[in-house]
Amino acid sequence: MSMEIAIPQPVERENYLNKEYGVWSWLLTTDHKRIALLYLISITFFFFIGGFFALLIRLELLTPAGDLVQADTYNKLFSMHGIVMIFFFLVPSIPAVLGNFLVPLMIGAKDLAFPRINLLSWYLYIIGGAMMVHCMLTGGVDTGWTFYAPFSTNFSNTKVVEAALAVFVAGFSSILTGLNFVVTIHRMRAPGLTWSRLPLFIWAHYATSIIQLLGTPVLAITLTLVAAERALHLGIFDPKLGGDPVLFQHLFWFYSHPAVYIMILPAMGVISEIIACFSRKRIFGYSFVAFSSIAIAVFGFLVWAHHMFVAGTSVYAALVFSLLSYAVAVPSAIKVFNWTATLYKGSIHYDAPMLYAFGFLGLFTIGGLTGLFLAALGIDVHVTDTYFVVAHFHYIMVGGAVMGYLGGMHFWWPKISGRLYPEGWARLAALIVFVGFNLTFFPQFLLGYLGMPRRYYDYSHMPEFQVLNVLSTAGATVLGVGYLLPMVYFLWSMRYGKPASDNPWNAAGLEWKTASPPPTFNFDEEPVVTWEAYNYEELDAPHKEEVPVAR
Amino acid sequence: MAGRVDALYIFLLIVCGMVTLLIFLCLAYFAARFRHRPGVRAEQIEGSTALEITWSAIPFVIFMVIFAWGAVVYFKERTPPADATEVYVVAKQWMWKLEHAEGQREINELHVPVGRDVKLIMTSQDVIHSFYIPAFRIKQDVLPGRYTVEWFRATKPGVYHLFCAEYCGTQHSGMVGSIIVQEPAQYEAWMNGGSTGPLSVSGEKMFAELGCSTCHRNDAQGRGPNLKGVFGKPVQLEDGRTVTADENYLRECILDPGAKRVKGFQPIMPTFQGLVSEEQVNALVAYIKSISAAKTGDSAKTSASAAPQARVQPDGSQVQ
Repeated sequence: MSMEIAIPQPVERENYLNKEYGVWSWLLTTDHKRIALLYLISITFFFFIGGFFALLIRLELLTPAGDLVQADTYNKLFSMHGIVMIFFFLVPSIPAVLGNFLVPLMIGAKDLAFPRINLLSWYLYIIGGAMMVHCMLTGGVDTGWTFYAPFSTNFSNTKVVEAALAVFVAGFSSILTGLNFVVTIHRMRAPGLTWSRLPLFIWAHYATSIIQLLGTPVLAITLTLVAAERALHLGIFDPKLGGDPVLFQHLFWFYSHPAVYIMILPAMGVISEIIACFSRKRIFGYSFVAFSSIAIAVFGFLVWAHHMFVAGTSVYAALVFSLLSYAVAVPSAIKVFNWTATLYKGSIHYDAPMLYAFGFLGLFTIGGLTGLFLAALGIDVHVTDTYFVVAHFHYIMVGGAVMGYLGGMHFWWPKISGRLYPEGWARLAALIVFVGFNLTFFPQFLLGYLGMPRRYYDYSHMPEFQVLNVLSTAGATVLGVGYLLPMVYFLWSMRYGKPASDNPWNAAGLEWKTASPPPTFNFDEEPVVTWEAYNYEELDAPHKEEVPVAR
Repeated sequence: MAGRVDALYIFLLIVCGMVTLLIFLCLAYFAARFRHRPGVRAEQIEGSTALEITWSAIPFVIFMVIFAWGAVVYFKERTPPADATEVYVVAKQWMWKLEHAEGQREINELHVPVGRDVKLIMTSQDVIHSFYIPAFRIKQDVLPGRYTVEWFRATKPGVYHLFCAEYCGTQHSGMVGSIIVQEPAQYEAWMNGGSTGPLSVSGEKMFAELGCSTCHRNDAQGRGPNLKGVFGKPVQLEDGRTVTADENYLRECILDPGAKRVKGFQPIMPTFQGLVSEEQVNALVAYIKSISAAKTGDSAKTSASAAPQARVQPDGSQVQ
């Protein structure tokens, strides 16, 4: 889609978009910015597949009886919704698109440390994605995204091995991206850009990369064991052969709980950048926000069994994991308080990215606080595996992570495309997403506490749950419109949007000190940093350059 | 139980509601009060360590209160009273089979009297299921290959939902049933209809039919340990460990006798994996428990002296 950009003026500065044309200049590129766009197109594709499944799920639940699709189809829909959204959209979303584009720009580097590995990681993602699409087209998978044994290993008649291998391959894409970021952030910062001057976006990506590097291999091992058990009947998880199905859950959540932080930490990084820019202030308590990312990455590895309080683990293990889960809640709380305090005595602008950031704060706060309910052992027994959990993690991973992703896309769109998006439409979309999201997922908290189990295709035994389900389905359609809008006007703006200046928001950060869109090697001269992050005292308010800049 | 969970839930709602309100009010106030005005610049504030410590420490203290409260509720949920009425549960795709200790069998329905503690001893024939009664606020996964336990005391007659809460395949949402709570008189009337005799009696019959009784004799001369009085007692194993002879141990000994062999005995017992159904294992376990519980007082002493660990000499030599 990026190749269709019209040239508004006969003479245009050379940039990464217009330097070369043709399919191969994209498919064989090692430019992190072009790879970011390749990722953008691919994850958008999967986002709408996953969204389509979600819409079918919500339509089925409009009535208590199972009447739209068959039970097996429904089970495949929620399984593939989860697998696609988590492994093929949320995990790569901010890191592989915005991170890929911005990490080198923000630290004043020409590219990532390993440009070819970066391209390899996109190809691995595409191979994994193609396997997943093939799996979906030839029958799909019905184990839930959690692949719980022994259902996945001995009982499911669907394409479990193919789906597991697809996730396995895509996992290596995630590992390589993490590796690239860690090395780049350590080795390629511009002169003067010390750790304490790094944007919080970089800190968040550093923490995320550590989790990707350490956690994803465990997922790869777990899925390999599932495939091996299914094919060879090894008896690792099968109790009939002396295995233990709960072992699977330990291995699975050892990755999949930290994976939640892979999804939310980058969004937190985005929110820090946006809030600083649109309140024209440095972030309150910079070092606390930076180190809370690291604390979340570390503690995030120690809480996995809080998914298993009713799984048959010992009471004492449950106590430890409950306690540690409260420990990981503290750094998240610190972040929310610091963002709120940043607004104090600011000079706040309400552009679309900031509206998304406000949306993030609201939804993440609710998502985080309901996490306290789930970490409380006595309450978790009642609400785990109900819609309460479904609502909670959607508030974090959709309300939090997707709000952050969309906010970031709007904030950096002028840099990425060189064009301004239509501000009015963008504000409207932010509002629609916020309203639609709450209408979809808030009723699910109530459903969960009333006792509706998740993954139920048919609730004709409990018709009392219909009203809340209807509200949720209504919300999902609103939310769908909210998500379609940005895609439409972003595409529109690539051809018809006003050309963006180098720094349309008057934002701090090295990425705004080069052209929009940036040249292939990012900076004409290597920048030397002599200032702290978020030096907004030296910058004027945005909106002084509505008119296109002279080129 | 529901009351305890709801009390904590309401406490959390109030605390979290206040925190949410505080944050949202701050956001709204700051957003309105400090909106951009031409000529007014933002005031750069570095941060405040005192504030950071405050808003880390206060939530932490609140979290610890919630943690402790949640843990207390959980301990009660997970600790069945010793004298609870026992019901064996076998889950399979996609139904619940329940068997009362008195021998009543039910499918997808469980009759219980008001005011009595009921302990569910549960296992699965295939995949993982979860026994969930929302009205009682309890849930426990049901695993293949071992027992898990859940308990409740119903306080009000009525019919309550029973759901499978762990996704288990095609008809997961059809694996639902009812808990029917009755007044004691009604319950007794129900109990007296159509019983096949207590579970332990069918277990005793099976114990003889399967040939268990040829080795597990009622004296110290059997090739297998005397099972009288072993339930709930510590058992010394061949590999030096000591385990408690609970339901899970008895079950494992039937299905995988080599895994935790009692000290002093040869590995001669065949596995009954695949030869007995889950219901039959339950009956056998119920029988072994009954011969431990029934004899109380002085007879417990004699059975203890006949118990396997007593047959091992202090120097480790075996009486065979």
